[in-house]
Amino acid sequence: MRRARGRSIAAALLLGCLSLAACAEDAGNGNGTGTGGNGGTATNGGTDPTEETPEARVGLAFDVGGEGDQSFNDSAVAGLQQAIDEFGIESQKVSPNDDGSNRAELLAQLAEQGFNPVIAVGFAYDEVIADVAAEFPDTTFAQVDGSNAVFDGSSKGPNHTGLLFAEEQGSFLAGVAAALKTETDHIGFVGGVDIGLIQKFEAGYVAGATAVNPDIVVDVQYISPAGDFSGFGDPARGKIVAQGMYDGGADIVYHAAGGSGGGVFEAAAEADALAIGVDSDQYNTVGDPALQEVIMTSMLKRVDVAVYEFISSFIDGTVEGGTDIIYDLEVDGVGLATSGGQIDDIQDEIDSYKQQIIDGEIEVPTTP
Amino acid sequence: MNLVRRVGLTLFAPTLALIVALAISAIVILAIGESPLVALRELFNFGDSSASQIQAVTVILNRAIPLFLAGLAVSIGFRMGLFNIGVEGQYRLATIMAAWVGSAIVLPAPLHLLLIVVVAMAVGAIWAGIAGVLKVTRGVSEVISTIMLNFIAIGLASYLLTGPFRGTPEGSLTIATEDLPESGRLASLNGLLGQLGLAQPRTDLSGFLIPAIVVGVVVAVVVKRTRFGFDLRASGLNPAAATTSGVNAKGMVVKAMLISGGLAGLIGLPDLLGDTYHYGTEFTSGLGFLGIAVALLGRNNPLGIAFGALLFGFLDRAALSLQFAGIPSQVVTIIQGTIVLAVVIANEVARRIAIRQAERSGANLPTAGPPAGEQPATVAT
Repeated sequence: MRRARGRSIAAALLLGCLSLAACAEDAGNGNGTGTGGNGGTATNGGTDPTEETPEARVGLAFDVGGEGDQSFNDSAVAGLQQAIDEFGIESQKVSPNDDGSNRAELLAQLAEQGFNPVIAVGFAYDEVIADVAAEFPDTTFAQVDGSNAVFDGSSKGPNHTGLLFAEEQGSFLAGVAAALKTETDHIGFVGGVDIGLIQKFEAGYVAGATAVNPDIVVDVQYISPAGDFSGFGDPARGKIVAQGMYDGGADIVYHAAGGSGGGVFEAAAEADALAIGVDSDQYNTVGDPALQEVIMTSMLKRVDVAVYEFISSFIDGTVEGGTDIIYDLEVDGVGLATSGGQIDDIQDEIDSYKQQIIDGEIEVPTTP
Repeated sequence: MNLVRRVGLTLFAPTLALIVALAISAIVILAIGESPLVALRELFNFGDSSASQIQAVTVILNRAIPLFLAGLAVSIGFRMGLFNIGVEGQYRLATIMAAWVGSAIVLPAPLHLLLIVVVAMAVGAIWAGIAGVLKVTRGVSEVISTIMLNFIAIGLASYLLTGPFRGTPEGSLTIATEDLPESGRLASLNGLLGQLGLAQPRTDLSGFLIPAIVVGVVVAVVVKRTRFGFDLRASGLNPAAATTSGVNAKGMVVKAMLISGGLAGLIGLPDLLGDTYHYGTEFTSGLGFLGIAVALLGRNNPLGIAFGALLFGFLDRAALSLQFAGIPSQVVTIIQGTIVLAVVIANEVARRIAIRQAERSGANLPTAGPPAGEQPATVAT
């Protein structure tokens, strides 16, 4: 036993020495190899020989949470992948460190290494993207969830495009669906973090529900206050909050809580009630058949469409810049998922509300 | 001979820790199907031009400064045998109060800066002091109270930010306090770099580098060379003995917590004074917890903490170049974690070896009593 341990320590030491030696060796001859972009980055999907290879090298900077969140960030990846498949472009995906302190450096390095366009995913880039865009005027930037306009009235620059979503419109339809489906006239909303972006979801949802039934009871609760982003990644607390709503009589709960949503689904399954997913079609991404059953629908936010269309317009040379592109119901930038078929019977009514929003007959509020 | 052995022992632990951590990281990188050699190259890949190398160093230093201050804050508690886990809450609360006071008042530049620093240190000290007072008057473990105070501090900071201290209008996605006026901002060191004939980095080298070094030196001198520092270390090593020799143990607990909290108040200032000029929802969080790791890494010695902070900054920068080489940035988190674990284990191994050696020499020379007591002490400090 003791001997075996001794041997494994020796093995570990040996490996360490090897890697150190490799390092020393590398310092000698490795200086010539250029920075980055030399492994696992280039992708070349079936390029049409009749077409010229486009110049776009897309840099995609994730929000904290990064690739693999089965939601927001992965939707951006899907859009990028579609562009890669279609145009055969090169791309580079990067995530910030856990506390997001290197976001500016992330964008700047992408721009510096010649990636163009650079797409930042998330409003969290608000604080830094204007400076970086000014520093690299020849690079085209886009920001999912971040408006080009700054609150003081200025712009984030002519080379920055905001890719915004009318979350309140999609959430309105989610509220309509919930109000039509509820048997207790009591529904709930779980927000991840109490910030403006998530309040848009709440405002639309409540407006939609009360449009169907003015007397409906809507419980609203946020997992964490502004400044504490743990509410987007805490399924345990998501479950507790949702449980409270189900125990209180709600039978459908809509969540806009990112990774905490898994807990909401679990609470729904235990209470034999229903839940509404968010961002991507969570019926397909949740993975667990028991949880699939409780996902009545999901409010889709087509980040993939926005990312794909932006890359495509960059290649066409039609990016305007200095403005926002808004993805709303009219262009199907937001909407309800139908996987699972649980809202098929009320689809006509949902479509009628959708049409009224598109026609401007219903004005959906953006703040609660 | 004794000196050689002692130096060898001091260097043995970190070296062993680094080798073990690198080995484990290499295995992890192999396991995810990437090359450890590429990873190692990217760790040291600072770019080809001198501008990009200066930029890389700037990024490392800017990251290391708050980590160094956080490590110092935690280490003061450790020296006393106090585990101040509340550095996180202390600096968050200190930063928002400092940001608010700084933006509400206009003073001539040096005074304005001084006021912001004093507010930050005072708020941090008071918040940590609560835990100290609870410990001496009510016997509440500072581990529990500082964790609980973290929740309160973060909640309170959120309330202040979204309520009375809010500087951004309703409806904006990120929430922040009002920006500091010009007189409350700290100039970057880029001008100095220029005078030294170095290339200009793309981002500003934080002007807080110099105050941070000064604070480090002051802490080192106070702990090593003053009566107070001696009492602090004595209380940490053997509280009973310290009390017997006339140290006011209760007073020392409160003082240590106040100093620890005051240092914690500085953590947010490099960003506040030199980069963002406000506290907001996007303000860097988690530095207080990283400080615990940095203090462990530096074995509570200011110089060691500086190395620990630089190492973390160095690894943090590499997270980006690793991604450009197709290696997930989480590898860096794994390396950081294994290094800290390995350092803790190696310290323990070194301590045991030291004790065994001391016992052996004690057996051979019955008169060599004092060194036997001193050996573990030098390892522990």
